[in-house]
Amino acid sequence: MSELVATMFCGSNSPLATRHLPLFPSRRDLLKAAFASGLSFALPGLDLRAAEARGDERQKSLIVIWLGGGASQLETWDPHPGTKIGGPTKSIKTKLAGLEIADQYPRVAEQIHELNVIRSLVSKEGDHERGTYLLKTGYRPDPTLIHPSLGAIASHELPNDKLEIPSHISLLGGQYPARGGFLGEIFDAFKIYDPSNGIRNLKARVGDDRQQKRLAGLDVVTKSFQSGRRVQVENTLHQLTVERALRMMTSEQLKAFEIDQEPQAIRDAYGDTQFGHGCLAARRLVETGVRAVEVTLMGWDTHANNFEGHKTQAKELDPALAALIHDLKQRDLLASTLVLCIGEFGRTPKINGLEGRDHWPRGFSCLVGGGGLRSGVVLGETDTEPQSEQDADKSTAMPHDPIEVPDLFATILRQLGVEFDKEVLTPIGRPMRFSSGKPIERLVAST
Amino acid sequence: MRWKLLLPGVVLLAVIWLVSFVTHQPLKGVATEESARPTAHIDDSIQKVNMFFARRWTGRDLQSVKKADDLSVLRRITLALMGTVPSLEEIRSFEQDSGPDRLQRWTARFLHDRRYAEYFAERLARGFVGVEGGQFIVYRRDRFLRWLSEQLETNRPYPELVREMIGGDGLWTDEPEVNFVMAGYDDGEGFNKNKLAGRAVRAFLGQRIDCAQCHDHPFDHWKQNEFAGLAAHFGQLKLSPVGVREDRDLKFEVEDRNTLEKKVVEPAVPFGENWEPTEGTRRERLAVWVTHPENRRLERAIVNRVWGLLFGRSWIEPVDDLPDPPGDEIASPKVEGAKHPKSMKPGEQDLLDVLGTDFREHGYDLRRLIEVIVASKPFLLESKSDVDDASRLDRMKEHFAIFPLTRLRPEQIIGALLQASSLTTIDQNSHLISRFIKLTRLSDFVKEYGDLGENELEDRAGTIPQALLRMNGNLVNETIDATPFTASGRIGRMASGDNKRLELCYLVCLTRRPTAEESAYFLPVLEETRPQRRGLVVEDLYWTLFNSPEFAWNH
Repeated sequence: MSELVATMFCGSNSPLATRHLPLFPSRRDLLKAAFASGLSFALPGLDLRAAEARGDERQKSLIVIWLGGGASQLETWDPHPGTKIGGPTKSIKTKLAGLEIADQYPRVAEQIHELNVIRSLVSKEGDHERGTYLLKTGYRPDPTLIHPSLGAIASHELPNDKLEIPSHISLLGGQYPARGGFLGEIFDAFKIYDPSNGIRNLKARVGDDRQQKRLAGLDVVTKSFQSGRRVQVENTLHQLTVERALRMMTSEQLKAFEIDQEPQAIRDAYGDTQFGHGCLAARRLVETGVRAVEVTLMGWDTHANNFEGHKTQAKELDPALAALIHDLKQRDLLASTLVLCIGEFGRTPKINGLEGRDHWPRGFSCLVGGGGLRSGVVLGETDTEPQSEQDADKSTAMPHDPIEVPDLFATILRQLGVEFDKEVLTPIGRPMRFSSGKPIERLVAST
Repeated sequence: MRWKLLLPGVVLLAVIWLVSFVTHQPLKGVATEESARPTAHIDDSIQKVNMFFARRWTGRDLQSVKKADDLSVLRRITLALMGTVPSLEEIRSFEQDSGPDRLQRWTARFLHDRRYAEYFAERLARGFVGVEGGQFIVYRRDRFLRWLSEQLETNRPYPELVREMIGGDGLWTDEPEVNFVMAGYDDGEGFNKNKLAGRAVRAFLGQRIDCAQCHDHPFDHWKQNEFAGLAAHFGQLKLSPVGVREDRDLKFEVEDRNTLEKKVVEPAVPFGENWEPTEGTRRERLAVWVTHPENRRLERAIVNRVWGLLFGRSWIEPVDDLPDPPGDEIASPKVEGAKHPKSMKPGEQDLLDVLGTDFREHGYDLRRLIEVIVASKPFLLESKSDVDDASRLDRMKEHFAIFPLTRLRPEQIIGALLQASSLTTIDQNSHLISRFIKLTRLSDFVKEYGDLGENELEDRAGTIPQALLRMNGNLVNETIDATPFTASGRIGRMASGDNKRLELCYLVCLTRRPTAEESAYFLPVLEETRPQRRGLVVEDLYWTLFNSPEFAWNH
């Protein structure tokens, strides 16, 4: 891992690259300069105007709307009203001619033409943990290594020198937040459960004067530990994480989390829910230059009362997702921001005895778009009825034009500007591609 | 109005009662000198390990680093066995001990400390049942943990524990060892036999065969039908009003993935068929097979795990996916592409066999195994070296010619923080409030610092949330607060002179004395401070020491 990380932090043209370890003298100088200017710890030369670059000039970012528990395709983007499998869910027309979605999404219907719909995702993972792993990393679980999530790869491959806050952020948690895997824990999503409650442990406990003394002492103690352990201590990333934590503590960029700075009308549009706040914060974070944000909405695991459950969920998802797309578009950020709305699997066409639907990894839906992808493409199709009762039970039914998860991941990574099939070495020296899939050309805009 | 005056007293009593109720551990006497003696006649075993490493290093053109000083080793021992740093009290008494083999005697002393039984039980439990709390009604991890720590305290032979976990019957509350099988129980699905088979092989035999549930193992010889045969041993598990029992009428069926036909699978083992007795329930038979003295996987797996818990890195990684025992005709048919442990050379022995054989021949005594490892050369080496070449250092690390730097687990961080906030030892007999804090804060801190769950022996670097938590978190702030009751407060007020003050802070936090450079930096800071403000300077020094890599990394 150390080598990988070293490439990331020292091999790139990040500010850290010019500051080979030991970092102390230079940091102290920087601190002095910063302190003199009244901005303790903030490194000089930071450009908060990343937000002003627009359109093609912007580096790409990724927002994943994670539907934790597995949303039903039939109650979201792939309804089959009036059929044996459709249940009571009705459909409505959208702004995209010919496309109908579940009628619980009137506001998404107004925006969905900006994105694409895939209705035929297939996987072999019908368990929450395994499914989540696949749908966050593009790989099936492997006991011998942990693959990095989309956001971790993006942050690793597309570093942002100007960013003082973490470049991979997970809002509202869930049980399995996106991880850095073999790229290192430093690429784990920085977890913030509810941005409106503030972020924990960000305030120094003492005034600047004492903090300076504490840090100056830290230099001395660290130096004696490094003696005879230069390489080993470097590999711990201890110093790097302390520095980045310090940088974050006083960063102006933390304002990105302050959603109460937004006009009331915008906040209303996203909805006054935790998830609405999360989506709004995601937009602000991307605007600030954060590479990847994951916003989680749990509660889709409707083994019972599927239809009521999905209606309740839609009340949060519909306004927030629609407002996010609209807002990104308004600010000319959609062309540089890839949006993916997905969960670990879909739900069975068959309705069980409790009015519920169970796990279904064969033919489920997602929304993907922005970031320069084409828009208005609908891929795949599921049967209005499974071919037989047995198919519904046995997971052998296949949708038309099945799309494999790795292919979706390859598409997204390439669109972000990442060499999706790049082979990197894991810490134990095993070569591994970022994605094993092939990009779906039908989603890519012709140039 | 008089009752109002009584109120604080009543509240205090209530708190004391509550605390002692919650902490729940009977206050046992400190181990007597008699019982805490090192195990006799272990020198030969230590020699065998040292010989192994001498050969290994010479054979690979590696030179081990110098021996570390005793205090550094003492710190490693307390961190590994009890999840904390030595207290000032312990350091003082250790330094006054001028008898021979003091490290060995102190190791034995800690191994008889209840803190060892509790801390080590949690570490082992992670391998046995994982970290999930599960369904409280039918699964009691807490009871399991207490049972395991009692077994460690009485030092029962390891195979007996394994046999009880696999083969036990009864209620999970009365017979806590059955929680091993209850961890594989799901309300809707019943017992997940595949999960149990995978878990048993992984936990006790050190191989990950879970994948053989659906397909053959990619490089070892495990086949899908072998997996089913093992799983069939759990096929007669039944949950009844009297808890776990076997129902001899139950059949174990497996669905063929191609034909979707169900077929009955009889219990079978993949090798060593004659180790399995014909008597007893299916699980009892499996338990005997797993713990059969000729089944070398058992001893190799636990040795690798204990080695990992002591060093922070197992001998073979990952800790629970070992290659087949080398040179074993029965248990290890030749398979193309099979992994070789530690790039072993032909004719070489594996460390896991050196220690495993010794472990078996000495009554599967876990305490003795720990004593041998801790007294052997690799554990006593320094963690620093003149070698600056990263790839050579990697090779030294691989063969333990240098003590590895590993990230402390959150429980060790919190244990060290709390211990450093007190001058006396925080153990079963310490102030109830300290124990209460430890108990109530532990899980929050562990969660926030990042619990590694079952994979706690993976090589990890630090993270930003950890740095933030150490720098600005509540717990650190409270433990460094210089009050008349905390170590920092007492050092600030009572130490005789700044030299002493500085030395005490270093001993309490880092288990060492300051270097000349450090003294040259910190002494002037202390000297120029007015006596009233000394407490604050000591707080700052504490903060600095807590945030150093030396504090957060085992070395």
